[in-house]
Order: sequence, then structure tokens, then C-alpha cells
Amino acid sequence: MNTDITRASAAEIADALGRKEISAVEVTQAHLDRIAAVDGKVHAFLHVDSDGALAAARDIDERRAAGEELSVMAGVPIAVKDVMATKGIPTTCGSKILEGWIPPYDATLVSRLRAAGMPILGKTNMDEFAMGSSTEHSAYGPTRNPWDLERIPGGSGGGSSAAVAAFEAPWAIGTDTGGSIRQPAAVTGTVGTKPTYGGVSRYGLVALASSLDQAGPCSRTVLDAALLHSVIGGHDPLDSTSINAPAPPVVEAARRGDVKGMRIGVVKELGGEGYQAGVRARFEESVQLLVEAGAEVVEVSCPSFDYALAAYYLILPSEASSNLAKFDAMRYGLRVLPEGVDDPSAEQVMAATRDAGFGDEVKRRIILGTYALSSGYYDAYYGQAQKVRTLISRDFAAAFEKADVLLSPTAPTTAFRLGEKLDDPMAMYLNDIATIPANLAGVPGMSLPSGLADEDGLPTGVQILAPATEDARLYGVGAVLEKLLAQRWGGSLLAQAPDLTAKGA
Amino acid sequence: MSSLSRDDVAHLAGLARIDLSDAELDKMVGELSVILESVAKVQEVAADDIPPMSHPMPLTNVTRPDEVRPSLSADEALAGAPASELQRFSVPRILAED
Amino acid sequence: MSTATTEAVLAYDEAIEKFDPVMGLEVHVELNTHTKMFCGCATGFGAEPNTQVCPVCLGLPGALPVVNEKAVESAIRIGLALNCEIAEWCRFARKNYFYPDMPKNFQTSQYDEPIAFNGHLDVELEDGTTYRVEIERAHMEEDTGKSLHVGGSTGRIHGAEYSLVDYNRAGIPLIEIVTKPMTGAGERAPEVAKAYVATLRDLLRALHVSDVRMEQGSLRCDANVSLRPRATEDQHQDDVPLGTRTETKNVNSLRSVERAVRYEICRHAAILDGGGSITQETRHWHEDTGVTTSGRVKSDAEDYRYFPEPDLVPVAPTRQTVEALGHTLPEPPAQRRRRLQGDWGFSDLEMRDVVNAGAVELIELSVEAGATPAGARKWWTGELARRGNAEGRAVDEFGVTPEHVAELDRLVKGGRLNDSMARQVLDGVIAGEGSPVEVADTRGLELVQDEGALEAAVDKVIAANPDVAEKVRGGKVQAAGALIGQVMKEMKGQADAGKARQIILERLGAS
Repeated sequence: MNTDITRASAAEIADALGRKEISAVEVTQAHLDRIAAVDGKVHAFLHVDSDGALAAARDIDERRAAGEELSVMAGVPIAVKDVMATKGIPTTCGSKILEGWIPPYDATLVSRLRAAGMPILGKTNMDEFAMGSSTEHSAYGPTRNPWDLERIPGGSGGGSSAAVAAFEAPWAIGTDTGGSIRQPAAVTGTVGTKPTYGGVSRYGLVALASSLDQAGPCSRTVLDAALLHSVIGGHDPLDSTSINAPAPPVVEAARRGDVKGMRIGVVKELGGEGYQAGVRARFEESVQLLVEAGAEVVEVSCPSFDYALAAYYLILPSEASSNLAKFDAMRYGLRVLPEGVDDPSAEQVMAATRDAGFGDEVKRRIILGTYALSSGYYDAYYGQAQKVRTLISRDFAAAFEKADVLLSPTAPTTAFRLGEKLDDPMAMYLNDIATIPANLAGVPGMSLPSGLADEDGLPTGVQILAPATEDARLYGVGAVLEKLLAQRWGGSLLAQAPDLTAKGA
Repeated sequence: MSSLSRDDVAHLAGLARIDLSDAELDKMVGELSVILESVAKVQEVAADDIPPMSHPMPLTNVTRPDEVRPSLSADEALAGAPASELQRFSVPRILAED
Repeated sequence: MSTATTEAVLAYDEAIEKFDPVMGLEVHVELNTHTKMFCGCATGFGAEPNTQVCPVCLGLPGALPVVNEKAVESAIRIGLALNCEIAEWCRFARKNYFYPDMPKNFQTSQYDEPIAFNGHLDVELEDGTTYRVEIERAHMEEDTGKSLHVGGSTGRIHGAEYSLVDYNRAGIPLIEIVTKPMTGAGERAPEVAKAYVATLRDLLRALHVSDVRMEQGSLRCDANVSLRPRATEDQHQDDVPLGTRTETKNVNSLRSVERAVRYEICRHAAILDGGGSITQETRHWHEDTGVTTSGRVKSDAEDYRYFPEPDLVPVAPTRQTVEALGHTLPEPPAQRRRRLQGDWGFSDLEMRDVVNAGAVELIELSVEAGATPAGARKWWTGELARRGNAEGRAVDEFGVTPEHVAELDRLVKGGRLNDSMARQVLDGVIAGEGSPVEVADTRGLELVQDEGALEAAVDKVIAANPDVAEKVRGGKVQAAGALIGQVMKEMKGQADAGKARQIILERLGAS
């Protein structure tokens, strides 16, 4: 049955395609149908490329029929966060300033997806220029959490996670600068990984904070995330900051999954006060499950993590203020003329366009970043934040002497209501308190579902962190935990999500 | 140090080429002050002898050979241009001489 | 911006008497790499607009830079040639400001960590004295796009209605070379400035890192000038604080460098002498009118908010790499000149002439091609320089090559041509008639080697001039000159005058 295929994992779909039980066109069409059925409510997608996706699917079917050897994932469709440049497909970064912009090139990551034969269903919604934790800062309206349409799906990559959680796509590409893959994964009951910094090419990833951004997989299972990670990861000569090595052996680790003798570090500074009771409860159970599976728990302390949020909200705006300067109405994107001005100058057009085209959060961070970099303030703000970053990195290094992986709740709360934190930027920033340290140090992190919180029945996530380049450990531990939790739940967590096609949903 | 006046914000907006309305300016002063107070926390850390970190990964000397690679066509380059003429990007009159 | 009113200037001599000029020169060198600094786009001059651009140099969202290894090599070689220290570890930095010819609205450059620093260049002035220019730094950065300003009367920005931007040039590698304050040149400051740029240009050309053509923009110079009062009797000039400086741009030729520096000295002097103060600003040089006009006021508002470029990783050249590149450097110009002077056996004055005529390399190549040093010098700094001065051309602008000169010299030394014939042959070469041998053949220029013919001519001339012949017989050897002349005429100039004289004297018994 066509509709069932949307419930399958990407690995299962790949198997079915490989055994020729189903065609790529059927798979893609099924997902397009699902999008048509539910995206009116969820709004995960900013652009659906039916023609392009079906054409790619047809091409795969023809080649498979002709006996050509194809990549394992050929024909499995995917959604891509609208921050990645996709040739011929509109790319907005969730902003008005790029409305209608069609890139003349593909991001390296996107080229790899296309080369692997994955039809691209469309581009997913996001907080404008990836600045946010709820997708409410999208200039095109928020995405809604499939678990409760009045609630946020997390951010900045709420679209990708929601698409995956709502079975509109088997998997998706997200990006994570301070938690934008992991936090949405946690609040939507899905899986998301931020690879080691430099592990996945940033060429074509519209930059927010260059030294923090990473693209990664969003999926419903740990194995799927591993499969996608292995396609997109690995050195790219077009990205000077990419690690000169192929993607780590994540698929193997996900399949093997063994935690016997592993030391699990629980970070004292991540998970105490300020974390919702249900979040903490599910976290402690996850830790306990790993102990039962043979791991040992150690408590570690990373005192500089208390300064992580502050350092992050100095470094990110600084780099962003520079990265976003290119949006000036001269070469592409929106051009707005200032009102009531005859014969405006280039400078005036730039300023009018940027005021009209950028949302409030983006403007806030640009101004903040401009300040932090300005002469006289650089040392106290940006300069100092980069030193705190070194300390955070050292704390991680020390922790990883005592533990093989670190665990924490991914986010302090479950999905809050739309509008609840919009008027309080600092409250919004606190959503990333557990995820930010990993970006500052460049270490990899994964979030997978740890269960539903008792008080509101909403998904919670557990975060696994590993030393830089040891992404495989995330998958090894994640696979074990996933299996044990599934046994406890009698199936996947998402099976408990409400039916979006039911009347009144 | 941890507070921004309205004039400061207006000056920064000028540097950042964003034409904020008066209402936006007023709102932003308040918001930024709150945020600045929080992020100023980094100054509590004694870090005199700590080196700043600008890259998480200790890579060096990443270069490419001096070999020509295909460019975009002029059409592709100008495709998104708000205005173009004579195969060039048309921009409004520039005030400042560089 | 004042253009109509002429600003006051003090006479140069008076200005120098009252004030001590200090200069700082910033030279931008466009490298001759095949591709741009951070992407693989071609760098060739004169392409159709916006055909040598890609996501990186166009600043498209998502694009990332990757450093050109050849540009780094060139930067290091330039640094070494300027006697600089080469950084063991350095980074790129973003210089943030908005301008339509800058696709990212920041320039990727180097800020407080340049790749080369603390060097010097010894500049030889025309009279042989040397001035040492201290080099502050040399660093890597990228060029901007080019704008056409439409609608104004001058084609410049002021009064333009709009601009058209071509990004072909955006991203081409630039090396910026900055001097430390150049002090102590006194009245020779303008001359020193020009000599510095000329010497630097020759050095860069010898390194083969750039076309260094000022008129094409591959070598650009900004001149900073300030004045300070002349030291009093009990003061050391170096202890007098530096004055406010102005920066002059659009200095597009060596001549402009000298003139612009001189003008700014006179202009600053007039202001200071009148009790005024200098506005720190950027000025624009006008070669046609010989003045600078006010451009942008350099104020504190220019906060570039430099920070290390996060999209690039540090450049850390190993000492082995630096040493290996050091071996690729050409010999330092002064050292080379001394060596060649010795090899060629020229006097100091002769060598100075060669240098001033810009003929060192030409003579070197001519000698390599087989000319004698003296012969090569005669043709380049004698004949061609004479013609060059008369016509306002440089010696290498006549289409005469070192191979031509070598051939010419060989023809003369080998006895095929005499000097007068050789000059005719040179005319032919300049006129494009071919190589010296070809010209000589075509024009039938050849010294007659047939002794018999020469003897016959001598006999004929002696017979026709009995009185002169008698004088020579009587011991007045000089009188033979008139006979030689007639023999040459008889031989249509195609005889060796020396041989003719020898035969005449033999015949007349006076040899």
C-alpha cells in the first residue's frame, strides 16, 4: 500500500527499492501525496518541487531497470532545509530578503544527495537565517509541531524535523549552529545529529556563524541518520574548514551498537535546575537503561559551560553580522527603495532593503554583533568570548578523559506553545543551553527520543556527545538506547503521535 | 559598558546599513540592553593567559592549486540581479568615493 | 568637495626650508596568478564583463573561499625579496565595510598578522646615493570589482546617476606593501618616493609575480604625506612629532608619484605656514592639472571591525618552504649591477648611464646572445638612447632586440660592416625590414673584402691627388685623411676605412 511506505524508515524504503518491490516514482509520489494531505496544517515546507523530485525518481527507475549499479539510497526521497543552496530550486533561508532567489549552483552536500540518486522533495521551513529555536522567526510563518499543532517544532530547523515527524519525508537535511538540528529533534520525537565541525561540507550552506555551523541528518531512526551522515560527510576541497578525511564509520557503529564497558559521563552543569521534570525523568531512565546494558556512569563537571550561552550569543552575532552584510540589494534578492526619497543612493537602498527584508531577531543579532566587533569593544566581548570558547573546549577534553561519551537532556523543556516566548529573546535563547557547548567546541552531538514527559505527553530528547571526529560513538550508543527504548515502548515513539489526517486534527 | 544608548544603537544600525524606524530603534534599545547584560557574563571569566579560539579544528595550510576552473556564465551571474545593464549589475548612485 | 577653487601652495624651496616632510607609501601589487585569490576563476585582462565570476567571488550566499597556493608563494617571495621576516603562523581577517564593488561587503585581507613584516629596500637614486626604505609589512588580500559611473560629466562618481558593476576583477590576488614612515629624505622626498616605486616595480618584475604596469592598474600607489616643523638647534629632527597626514590616491605613474608628493608638501606647507591645521583625509591626484582635490574625510566612523576570517585556516609556512622559495629569488638588483659592471669592465660613469637608460638587462641579454659588452653598450646607451631622447621613447621601444644588437655587433667585429653602414642597418631594423643580416643583404651593405679592388681605388685616388700624395710622402700622415675619404667615396662607403688608410700609407711609403 502506498501510504504505508511513508511510515517506513529510509533503510526499509531503500531495501524495498533494491528488491524492486516498489519504484522510486511510487515512493516519491507517496510522499508528495502525504505532503499535500498534511502540510497545510504543519507547514514544514516552503517549497515543494514535485516535478524535480519525480523526474529524479523516474531517472533512478530507468537506470535501475537498465541494470545499472546504484547507490543504496537511490530513490529514497529527502527534504532539505532552506538554508542550503539548491540549483534551480528557490532558496530563501526563511527570509524575505531572499524571496524568489534561485541559486545557480548546488551546495556540495546537495550534489552528493543528487549523486546518490535521492529525489529532493522540497525545501523546509526554518527560523530566518537559522536564528532561533522555534521556527517562529521564519518570514513565511511558523511550522507546527506534528504532536500538537499549537506548539513549536523547535528551531531553527523546525521544518526538517517536523517533515520527518509527520512522515512527509523519510529523512531530511538540517543544520546546527547552537542546537538547530538536535533541539527540534528532541521536541518532535525524532533523531538528529550535528557532526564534528568540519565533518560535513559547508560549501553552499548559507553561513550564519561560520565557526559554529554544521549540516547533518534528521531522521526517525539512528540507522537512517547514520546512512545519511555517510553520504553527506567527508572532505570537500571547496570548504577550507572541512576535515581532510572521509566520513567516519557511522553506519557500521549503528549496526553494531554495543555499550559494554563504556563510560557514560553525565554533565553536572547540564540538566539540573531549569530543566522540566518530565525531561529530567526520561533522561535518567535513558541513563539507567544504558547501565543495564553494561555501561558505567561517571559524573563530570564542566564549569565553563555556565558561560557557554553568553559566549555563544557574542560569537554568533559577530560572525553573522559580517556574513549577512552581503544581502544589500545590489546583486540578488530583495531591493526596496526608501519611501519618500527622490533618486536614492546605493547606501539608502541598502539600508531600506535590509530594514524591510530582515526580521526583528536578525536585526537584533546583527546590531549586537556589530557592537561586539567594534573598536574599543572587541577585546571585552568577541575577544573574551573566544577565550571562553577555549575553556569550554578544555572542559570537554578533560571530561572525555574520564568518559567515552557524555549524556544530557537535549533541551530544558518540551515543545512550548507558539507565541509563548516570542517577546522574551533571552527566554528563547535558553532553549539551546544544553546544545550550545558542542558547537563552541566543535564536538559532535546527537539527539534521540527519550520518551514523553508525564506532565504534558510531549516528546523529550536525550543528547549524546562524543570527542571531535568520534561521531561513530554517537551512533553506537544511540543505536543501543533506541533499541532498548523501543522495547519499552513496544514500538517507535512516533507511533504514538496523533494522526494528522484525522478530522479536527 | 553593558548598556547601549539610543544613539549607540542608531550608530550601529548605520554601520550595519539597516534603516531602523524610530519605533524599532526604541524597542531594540531595551532588548539589546537585556541581552548585553547576559552576555557580559563572559567578562567574569579570568582569561588573561587563555588563547582565543577562532577555529574548533586545528587545521592549517589548506590551499588549492592555481588552476582555472569553470566560471558561471554571465547570464547565471546576473540572473538574480535586481537590475542589470550592459551585462553588468546596475546599482543606484554611490555616494562615497572609495 | 572643492574642485573649482585652487588651493594655496607654498613654493617648494620655502616649504622644505620650514618643514620636514615624512612619507608613507602603500603599494598594491596585482599578482599574475592564473586564478583568483580564493577561487578558480580566470584572471585574464579584458574579458567580457561578469564572465570570470563564480559563487565565491560573486559573494553568493553559501560560497566559501579556498586560498590560492601560488599567491601564498608569491607573497612569501616578495617578502623575502624585501628582506622581511616571514610569519611562522598568520591568518586572514575580514575588513568589514559596505561598498557595491565588494561582493561580500567585507574584504578578506590580513590585519595584525601579515605574512611578511619588518623588511627594507635600498633604493639607488640617480646620482648614486642610496636611501633605505623600511618596510612595515606585506600582506595578502583580494581586489574589488570595477564600476562604471553612468550619467555624470566626468565618468567619476560625483554627479553620476547610477553605476554598473563588473566583478571580473573581484577576488584577484593583491599584495599590499606598506612602508614605515620614510623620514630624512628632506628636499629629495619626491625623488625618493618615485625611486622607491620604480625600484620596487623592477624588483617585482624580476620576481615574475606581476605585470607591474601602473597604467593597467597592476601596480597601484597611494602616497601619504605629512610635514613637521624643522628641528630647532637643540632638537633632533627624529624627535619632532609627526604631523597629520593626508593620503593621495589615483597616482597612476612614476611621474605622478613624484609630482603628487611634491604638490602635497607645498599644499600642507601653505596651510601650516598660515597657522592652519591639516585635515586628515583622502585626496585624489589629477595628473592633468597637477593638483590634488579633497575626497573622503578619514574619520573615526571608519570602523572596519576586523576579526579573524573563520572560513579560512591559518597559513603557517614551514621554514623549509620559506628557504626553498628563497632559492628562487633573483639576485638583488644592486648586487647584480656591481657584478655585471665588473664582468663588463665598465667605469662607474658608464654603468650609471646604462642604469639610467634602463638598459642593464638589455645589455645582459645582448651579451648572452654573443655581443661584446662594449659593443652592446654602444648600441643601447649610445645609438638607441640618442634616438630615444630625440623621440621621447625608451630604448626598448624601437623593436630592436638583444639578438639584433648581438648580430649587429658581430657584423661589425667580423668586418662585414663599418660603423656608418651598421647605423644604416639599424635604421632598417627599426623600420621593420628584418634582422640585421637581412637588412644588410637586402640593402646590399657589405664591406668590400677584395683587396684588389681597394688597391685599385687607392691607386686611382693617389693618381688624382698628386699634391696631397706628395704631402703624405713627405711625412704629413694626417693629410692622408682626405685621400681616405675619397677612397671611401670611390668604394661607395663599403670599405674598411682602416684598411684603406693602411694601403695608402704603404703606397706612399709612409707607413
